[in-house]
This record gives sequence, C-alpha cells and structure tokens, in this order.
Amino acid sequence: MPENLFKVNIEEYMLPGQRACQGCGLSLAYRYVLKALRENTILTFPACCLTVLHGLYPTTSVTIPALNCTFASTAASASGLVAGLNALNRTDITVVAIAGDGGTFDMGIQALSGAAERGTDFIYVCYDNEGYMNTGTQRSSATPMGALTSTTPVLTKQQPKKDMLRIMEAHDLPYLSTTSSAYPIDLYDKFVKAKRIKGSRYMQIAVPCPPGWGYAPKDTVRIGRLAVETGIVALFEIEDGKFRFTGRSKTLAEKGNKLPVINYVERQGRFRKMSIEQLRQLQRWVDTRWNEYLKRAEG
Amino acid sequence: MAEVQIMTGNQAAALGAKLSHVQVVAAYPITPQTSVTEMLSQFIESGELKAEYIRVESEHSALAVCISASTVGARVFTSTSSQGLLYMHEQIHWAAGARLPIVMCCINRGVGAPWTIFNDQQDSIAQRDTGWIQIYCRDNQEIIDSIIQAYRIAESVYVPVMICYDGFVMSHTMMPVEIPDAEAVSDFLPPYKPHTILSPEAPMNINPVLFPWRRANSEGVLCDGYMEMRYKLQKALDESRDVIISTSRQFAGAFGRDHGGMLWQYKADDAEMILVGMGSLASEATAAADMLRAEGIRAGVVGIRVFRPFPKEDVRAAFRKTKAICVFEKAISYGYEGALCSEIKAAFYGTDIRLPIHNYICGLGGRDVKARELAEAVRSSRDTIAAGDTEPMPKWLNCFTE
Repeated sequence: MPENLFKVNIEEYMLPGQRACQGCGLSLAYRYVLKALRENTILTFPACCLTVLHGLYPTTSVTIPALNCTFASTAASASGLVAGLNALNRTDITVVAIAGDGGTFDMGIQALSGAAERGTDFIYVCYDNEGYMNTGTQRSSATPMGALTSTTPVLTKQQPKKDMLRIMEAHDLPYLSTTSSAYPIDLYDKFVKAKRIKGSRYMQIAVPCPPGWGYAPKDTVRIGRLAVETGIVALFEIEDGKFRFTGRSKTLAEKGNKLPVINYVERQGRFRKMSIEQLRQLQRWVDTRWNEYLKRAEG
Repeated sequence: MAEVQIMTGNQAAALGAKLSHVQVVAAYPITPQTSVTEMLSQFIESGELKAEYIRVESEHSALAVCISASTVGARVFTSTSSQGLLYMHEQIHWAAGARLPIVMCCINRGVGAPWTIFNDQQDSIAQRDTGWIQIYCRDNQEIIDSIIQAYRIAESVYVPVMICYDGFVMSHTMMPVEIPDAEAVSDFLPPYKPHTILSPEAPMNINPVLFPWRRANSEGVLCDGYMEMRYKLQKALDESRDVIISTSRQFAGAFGRDHGGMLWQYKADDAEMILVGMGSLASEATAAADMLRAEGIRAGVVGIRVFRPFPKEDVRAAFRKTKAICVFEKAISYGYEGALCSEIKAAFYGTDIRLPIHNYICGLGGRDVKARELAEAVRSSRDTIAAGDTEPMPKWLNCFTE
C-alpha cells in the first residue's frame, strides 16, 4: 500500500491554463511532484516541454518560483541557486532542477555529473519522454531501440536506451529513484522522501508522450502502466546504495508475472517499423536489466 | 591605511574581488587566469573571505552558477580566458539579457585553432555584442580598482561588467599596487540590492518564453515583449556611460586614483599623430610617443578604457585636433579590419573630423610588441600619409607577410 494514498497534499501548485499537449504524461506527473515538494521550493529548468507548460510571459500556471536557464546548464543553475541561498543564509529552501531526457541524458550530463560529484544539496528530476519532444520528436540517447523519430525516420533507432540510472548511481548519491506518471502515489511518496534527504538526489520520471510516441491522448495512463508491467520501466529506489523495488514493479517481481514487451510496443505508432530482431533485442535488454534488479532486490 | 605591495595582475584581481565582498565565486581553471581562482579558493578556505566557492566542471557552468546565484540576490564573481570565455558565450548573452550585475575578469588570451596560451584580445572582442560593459585595464593597479568600480557600475545599471586585462603581460607580471583600504571600499561599494529576487515569498517565473508581441498580465496590463526588453538593455548600456564616468570620479575622490572613465590620454592635447589602443598595448604606446617626441614628432596616446558602451562622444573630443591616428589592436574582425578601428571611424561619421586612420594588427598569440616597433609604425604611417595614402588596408606589425 502506498504510504501516502490518503494524505496527498490537497494544495494545487499547477493551476488551470497550463500549456502542455493533451494527454501529456509530464503534466500528470508534475502536478504530484509539486504537491510533494510544496511551497518552500525553487525550480530551475532549461528550454523544454516544461517551459511550455509553465506558460508565456507575463503569465504562468505554476505557483512555485521558477528560473529558466540555458539548455546545458540545468544542474549548474541549481548549484548557483544553492550557493546563492547558502551565501544569504537561506538554507530552508529546496532547490529542484528539472529537465527532459535530452537535457539530462545528452546535453545536461556534464553539468549534472559535476553537481552530483560536488554533492550539491538539490533534487535533480529528469522527466523522460524518450526524445526531443518539444522540438518535434527527434532521437535522444533515451529513445528506445526500434523507435521511429523525426531524425531516425526510415531505419528507426538502432541503439538501446542509455542507462542513466547506472551513470547517476556511480556518483554515490544518497537517493535515486524511478517513477512513472501512471503511478502518481508511488511518485508522490518518493518525492516526499527525497525532499527530506540531504545531498544530490536523482529522480527519473517515465512520462509517455502522445504525439511523440503515436498513441491517443486518452491512453497515456494505460501506456505508462504497460511500460511498467512489461518491465520497460522498473519502479525502484536506491537509498544509500540499497536497491528496493516499489509499487507495481514490486508486485511484478514478487509474482513473476511481467508481461512480454510486445504488449507495450504494439500500441505505439513509433514502433511500427520495428523488426522482429529489434523486438527480440528489446526483450533481451529488458530481461537482462530486470534480472539484475531482481538480484539486487534479493541482496 | 592603504598599503603598497608588489603583485601580479591576477593577485590584484583576486584581491579586488575579495575587497568587493563577493558572496559566490564559481570558476574553472584556464591559463593564464588560473591563479585568480587559486587565490580566491585560498581566501575562502582559510576563512579570510566569507563566500561560497563552486568548483564547477566547465566555464559554461561557472557563469550558470553566477547567473542563478545573482538571481537569488548574491554578489558573484568569476574569471576566465580565451576558450573558456568562448565556451561561456551562450551564458554571457544570458547574463546580460537577465540584467544581472555579474563581474567577470577576462584575462585576455588568443583563441585556437591552432592552440595558443599567449596574449591577444580576440577572446573578449568576440564578445562585443553580448550586452556586457567591457573595461580594458592598462596596469595592475587599474585591475584592482576597476573591479571595485565594476560592482558599483553593474549594480546601478543592472548590466554585467567584463574587466579585461592582458594575459601574462599583466596577469603574471609583478607591479606595485596600492591596496585600497577595506573600510573605504565598503563605504564606496554598498551591499548589492537586486532588482528582482527569486524566492518562495514572491513566486514568479523568471526568463520564460516570450512571443514577438507584448502580452497582457492577469490584470490586463500590457507587459514588455522581447524587443522592449532588448531596447531596455541597449538603453541601460547607453546610460551606463555617465555612471562609469561618475564612478571613476568618485573613486578618485575616495582613493586618489582616476583611471580615466571612458578613455585616457597621454600627451594627446597637442599631438599631430595619436596612437590608439586598449590595455597594455596602449600603455606601451606611451613609451613610443616619448621616443617620437624626442625626435620632434608630436605624438600622443589615447587609451580606450571602455569598449562597450563605446565612448563615441569622448572619442570625437579626443581626436578633434590631431592630424592622423594609428590604431593598434591585438584582435581583428576577419575579412575587414580591427574592431576598434572600425568603431573609431564610425564615431567620426556625421562630424567634420576627417583624418587619415591607419590600422595595425599586432601582438596576436603573444607576439611581442615593443615601443620602438610602435614608434616605427607611426613614422611609416606619417610618411605614407604624406604620400597621400590616408586609409590603407590594415598592416600586420612584426608579421612575415611577404
């Protein structure tokens, strides 16, 4: 049972009028991220879908203070917020950096690695929609193998997704977790926990994207759930090096009833050119990872 | 009491930042800037300076840290050179667009390819159009004094300031420097008051997306569009001229040293030939002017101290009486001429000032420029002008061009 099922913060920080696409996974997740983080928070983010969600000057749909930064500098911007607030003796504020997978796995990785290595006291959130969705679905290193994007329009993406969690775990962080917009209470619990921990915390949210992935906006929750049920996305947290499955992934691990990836792949237009061999490779990629997680969960 | 010490330009810069009570320093090492960052980390780790020091993983992040720390209300400092400055380029624009009073030292160094670690001014000249105030120093005393002035200027016009000084020629050369009295500096430089502070008490979305037109806020009041904001940045730079000059004067009143506001002159009043330059090159030109005067050529020097905002009125006044100008530059706008030369020519447009202007590109990648070589260039220009060649192509001094 999720810890906070009946005590989710009733305050809303994402007001009506946000400009994300219909069925946006990020907007579902972000509402709960903010509910968990609450008022005493400063956000910083680069040009991404979140910039669009927050709205056009001089209006905004989000009531938490936010600082826009350049694309490669999200974690460095957070470092600056933390340093500036420390210098002014304001240590009660939680600094949160948020970027998409392009701004995290690709362009922001240098600043993120630097900030994490320095043990900067902040939460880094990567919302992973598996491509440059804000610019129209270009390939990123988070795009899964076999997906069509506007820059892999004929042959599909040939390489597997980068394992960002392993990269971030190599920084010896006090807390890392994966979440999904389809499981908001699991997500909420993890952000509540992350807010209490000191040091660099890395949170990755799987957020399905209707226009980028090629499915109907009404299916965002269903696609998000299938990602978890097939093991494409595993919900877990790593606290001081200790791995723990959470939520739906925990049940799947206990019961051993993970679904084949085809259940997830067949519902999305982006996989329509995927070859049988790519499908096998994707299944192997998921199984290898899942078995590693199972081993860590036992140990 | 002010104390005189022999020190390098980099020491003067680090001391200037310390005296300005900077609260956040973020920097990444690059030759010849490195020792500035080392000294500041020494000050901070030893507790001499109460500030946060962020040892970033790149120059891009160094300025990112400064931008965000400045946004929450801290006084910030960084320094870099050459490739580091170029790597920051995006952030340099961002800092000015965000109207943050950041002060950064650019310890001037040439730019690759091929690699050079030695001095010229191509790095900061390439940042001309970013919306920063640029001040070029001619000796180590001017570095320490200009940093203190820079915070006062930046924090009154909300425009970032780049203090430029020549790598090795100044950064690693020891000169006597009078260290301004700490209390007098605190009186001269009040604490930083941000125009907007990002904090949970007053939530807002800073630097969001703008569309081309002005847009109404929730009360129906039309707010600036992108272009209005850009106009205000330009206006702030235009208006910063008076602030730079008055700050320079007030500093002189408090500390007894006036580095010249927008520009400085040496024996220029009655000069028939004026040598023009920025930084240590202009300082070297004063020795050349003395040599020329010794042989009967009435030479003088105008050192351009502030390159942005460009001192159009001051330049017009400084050259009104002379007969010819030789502009010496450690940078070039490839495909045309030295940027400083172009600016001076443009400043004369629409006036009755019609002078032969010769442009010399020199000292690129650290190639030595001696006073006697500058003097020789002036003699040759004098002869060429006498022969009727008023505006030849830029000449490359001390360069085998065949």
